[in-house]
Parts: sequence; C-alpha cells; structure tokens
Amino acid sequence: MDKKIRVLIAKPGLDGHDRGAKVIARGLRDAGMEVIYLGLRLTPEQIADAAIQEDVDVVGLSCLSGAHMALFPKTIDLIRHKGGKDILVIGGGIIPKKDIPKLMEVGMARVFGPGTPLAEIVKFIEDSVGGQRQ
Amino acid sequence: MTEKKMTERKLEFRTTVDGLVVKRVYGPADAEGATEEALGLPGEYPFTRHIMPTGYRGRLWTMRQYAGFGTVEETNERFKYLYQQGQTGFSVAFHLPTQEGYDSDHPLAAGEVGRCGVAVDSLQDVERLWDGIPLADVSTSMTINATAPILLAMYIAAAEKQGADRSKLNGTVQNDVLKEYIARNTYIFGPKPSMRLVTDLCAFCAENMPQWNSISISGYHMREAGATAAQEAAFTLANGIAYVQAMIDRGMEVDSFAPRFSFFFAAYTNILEEVAKFRALRRSWARIMKERFGATSPRSMMLRYHVQTDGFTLTAQQPLNNIVRVTLQALAAVLGGCQSLHTNSFDEALALPSEQAVQVALRTQQIIAEESGVADTVDPLGGSYYVEWLTNQLEAKIMEYIAEIDNMGGALKAIEKGYVQREIANSAYDYQRAVDAGDLIIVGVNKYATTEEQLPETLEIGEETERRQIERLRKLKNERDSRRVDEALERVLEVAKSEENIMPAVIDAVKAYATVGEISDALRKAFGEYREPSIV
Repeated sequence: MDKKIRVLIAKPGLDGHDRGAKVIARGLRDAGMEVIYLGLRLTPEQIADAAIQEDVDVVGLSCLSGAHMALFPKTIDLIRHKGGKDILVIGGGIIPKKDIPKLMEVGMARVFGPGTPLAEIVKFIEDSVGGQRQ
Repeated sequence: MTEKKMTERKLEFRTTVDGLVVKRVYGPADAEGATEEALGLPGEYPFTRHIMPTGYRGRLWTMRQYAGFGTVEETNERFKYLYQQGQTGFSVAFHLPTQEGYDSDHPLAAGEVGRCGVAVDSLQDVERLWDGIPLADVSTSMTINATAPILLAMYIAAAEKQGADRSKLNGTVQNDVLKEYIARNTYIFGPKPSMRLVTDLCAFCAENMPQWNSISISGYHMREAGATAAQEAAFTLANGIAYVQAMIDRGMEVDSFAPRFSFFFAAYTNILEEVAKFRALRRSWARIMKERFGATSPRSMMLRYHVQTDGFTLTAQQPLNNIVRVTLQALAAVLGGCQSLHTNSFDEALALPSEQAVQVALRTQQIIAEESGVADTVDPLGGSYYVEWLTNQLEAKIMEYIAEIDNMGGALKAIEKGYVQREIANSAYDYQRAVDAGDLIIVGVNKYATTEEQLPETLEIGEETERRQIERLRKLKNERDSRRVDEALERVLEVAKSEENIMPAVIDAVKAYATVGEISDALRKAFGEYREPSIV
C-alpha cells in the first residue's frame, strides 16, 4: 500500500455546528486516513495555509450557517493560489441544492448533504485520490 | 418472571441510544419506585408530574417560534406575521457576528450577515427590530450567550425608549456560556471571565428585573451535538449546579435568584423516552435544589423549561416527512409538561424556513393544543408502568453522571478536561455508525429512500443584506457622539477589570450607540479570548 491519504477537516466562518465535521473526521480516521481536524471559526486564509503546510490530499469544509457561498469559493481559490493545485476539496452542511452547481464550477469536487453515510464519503475520497495518484 | 420465547422483530429492543433494554411488557413491579413521595401531586414537590397544579388547564404553554434573518425590518415583519398567526411569545435568532461579538463590517463576518439570524450591531437596530411591538406587553426570549449583557442592555434601552418600565419586562436571555464550550461554540472569552459575566447578568436581573429569566440552562445544543437523552439531562443539570454555586459564591442567597433560572431542552421522536426524561429532570432538579442547596422557596425547586423539537432529526430527503417528526416531538414536549415550545419547520435541513413552513410548524402546536385533548389533564402518562420505570431509570443515570462530574470537581473542570465534549462526541459517532449499519432507522434516508426529489420553496437571503447593514453601521458611526462613545467604552473596560457589576456600564454604552463589536472589543481587552482544545 502507498502512503495514507491525508485529510484536513475545517469549518470556515463563525458557524459552531461541528457535529458533522467531527463525526466525519473520526470516520475517515477509522477508515485508515490521516486526519487533521483544524476546528472552527477559521478564515479561508488559515485553512488554505494549513492545507499547504500539512501537505494534504483532501480538504473537507463544513458550513451550516448559510455563509458557504462566501466562504467555500474563497477557500478553494486560496488553496489553488498557494499551490494546492491537486488538492481535492469537498464540502458539507446545509447547502441548498441550487448552490451546488456553482460550487462545483469553482472547483469543489462534491457536496455531501445531511443523511450521507460515512462509507459514501470514504469511497469518494479513495476513488478520487487513488485515481489521481495512478 | 421470565418471558416466554416467542419470535419478535428484533433480538433486543433498546431505548434510542442510551442503551437501556426495553422489556416486552411492564407491570406494577417495574413501577414500584413511583411512590407518592417520588411523584407528588402536580404543583407539589418534587414536581415530577408538573410544576403547576392545573397543568395546561390553567394556561397553555407559550408558543414561541425562534425567528430572525436578514435585516431588522425583515425580521420585524416575520415577528408581526407570527403574532397575527397566534404565536404567544417572541424568540429572537441573532446572526452569528452578533453572537460572537463582531460588527457586520468585520472581516470574519463576511458572508454571515443576516444568514442564520437577524443582523444587529447597535441599539438603533434593536429599536427598529421592535418597531410597533409594545415590549411592555410581550414576552421575549433571546438566544444570546457570550454577548448576553450587551443584547439585554439593548433590549432594556429600547423598551425604556418605548416608555416601558424595566422592572416589568418579561422574557429570557439564554446567557448559558458553559454549554457553548461543549456544543454550539459561540463563546468569546475563557470560562472564568465568562462565568463572571453570566453571574453579573443574573445578579442584575435579581435586583432589577424580577420577571426576567436571567439564564436558560440549555441541554438542547448538547443533544444536537450528539448527546443521548440521559447525557443531555445530566450535563445540563451539572451546568445548572455550577451556576447556582457561582451565584452563592458571590454571596447571594439561593432563593433570591434561583426562581428566575430557566432551562431549555430538546424533544426527539421517541415520545415515551422523552416524556420520562422531562419527568426525571423535574424531579432531579427539585431534589438538587432542596437537598444540595437548601432552597426553601418552591419556586427555586421548579424546573421551568422551553423545548425545541430536534433539528438534527430533520431530513433533507423527503422533507414533508419532517412535519410528522415535528408533530411527534411536539407531542412529547407537551405530554412531558413544557412551559414553552418551538416547533421546527419541515424545510430546515435545506435552508432557513419559508413562511409557509413556519405556519405549518405553528399550526402543529395549535392542533395539539386545541384538538388533541392531551392538554386537558395533567401528566396523562403518569402511572404508566413503562413511563414510570423509564423515569426512574433516567433519574438514576442523571445522578450517576452528576456524581462523576462532582468527582472531577464540577462542570467547569469536567469541561476543561474535555470529559463532557468527549462523551458527546462518542455518542454522536455511535449514532452515525448505528444509522450507517441500519440498526437505527431513519425513514426516507436509510429505509424507504426514493430517488425522486421533492423540493419545497426555501427562503433566500440576498447579498444586498450585508451591503445594506454595513452601510447603516457606517452612517451610525458618523452620526453618533463619538466622544460619548469613547468614554462609555473606556468605562466598560474599567469596570471589566474591577469586580463591579458590568451591566450598568454596558447599558450606558449601548445608549451612547456603541456597537456590539466595540463593546465586545473592550471586554476582549480585559479578558482575552478563548481557543478551543481539539476534541474529536
């Protein structure tokens, strides 16, 4: 096996709903990934910097406050700008359906809504990152 | 007595996640603990059955829908709409910048303005929020914690401008910062200065606002974060004990403040378990207040509480099913004897609720009140062998947890150690795994799922809200007397560093139109800021 997939989980903005982010961090860890849980109340800059410094394969962003359209694209943009060209960025939270195509357009690989089984997220990451490494 | 082997749907039936094994049938032997002494009559110690002798026959619970979005004008309109629809109390949702002490033009507020609550930066916003609503005559709950002293000060100032007397104001501030470190996460300062602000506010209310609930000790958010029913109940009461103790340590006499302590819990879909939880909570708190703190006023022993149906159980899939979930949860709250209730809207796993969804949510309460008959007699499930057994089991679990927290040195220590957070994180993870494994069924999600989407119309907050709010803030800063503002902020800082009660200085500052962000910054200067330890 090659090296473990490295994942950064973070909550941009002021939203404090961290149940989903924490459950996913733990689920990915149990699935054999190396997970850094960066916590909450972070700026897009802080998340992008950490993603680069920690040399992660995946960044998972969570937002339930409705600020995702202001925060997700900016975070993705900064990650790309700082050199994280190939980092897979995924998101979750209370994301209205109509926002998803716009997020995909700016480079979010997938948005996982409420009710997503952990296994689905694990599989998506493994398929995407695995494919990239070949 | 052993149960005869017969084929059943499962090998074992358990309460949702607390892991109690549920027997096939319950009888008198199971309810032996439910003695007259343990139950009491409604309105009598230990208040297991209800805090009022007449239950809902005297007065129905307050129907109080949590609302707030966009600008104060938009929220004022929603408030008036809800009032016309028969709501009997107000409940304000502030946007996150207000809750975390930032003005709308702060870089961290970008994207958050008016999103999950109404944007409030100054007294001017609060005056407009209540335009045309007589604050002397209504009851208002405000979900505000770290910045509770500021928002209460603004409410008082706005009410006085309308001509109301502060001593006659009715309502609640959440003001429960301990649970913010466990769940919800809108803390600003560390636990110690936060406890000082909490108790400053409680002491101020005890002296000046006899009808105001100075704190709403909340289990709701811990439950939302993953706590089981027993954990929700136990951790909330443990926090309650810490607040009562902190007030006593300030030199206050227990019966002078405890009657204005109130609580806030969640109601899940498992009706019988929730009813037992509420009954066990009332009994436990009464006993704690009497035996542990030596309260003598019955009002100090009464657990008065608000309930919100549980947001986490709402599904984005087949959203209309949520109407049924909310109905069952609201029924649990009413059968359990709540004083006030918020029913969630069916579209809230997708967005902020639309007006239609909010109306259905309010109607759900009205149907339970007016059509179901469950409000016609007090504690209608009292005496059920199963409910009494479950009440006793939950009380035992609550007391077990409280003893464990006592051993650690109290709630504050248990939180600093990360114990409470870890217990809840474990429960949340267990829950998710049980759902993923199909051991816990969520209709429309892991069973009876459909591929076609039923998407309701949802509410949108436009980007112009943020621009308008920032513009308004700039205008205010240009127009106000900046010298008066500076002096008032200087005074807040000075008082924060002393042992004086912070409330009068904060009231003066809001009257000078100092903003939420500015007053919070003065407090940050005195207290510093808190960073959470990472507990996954």
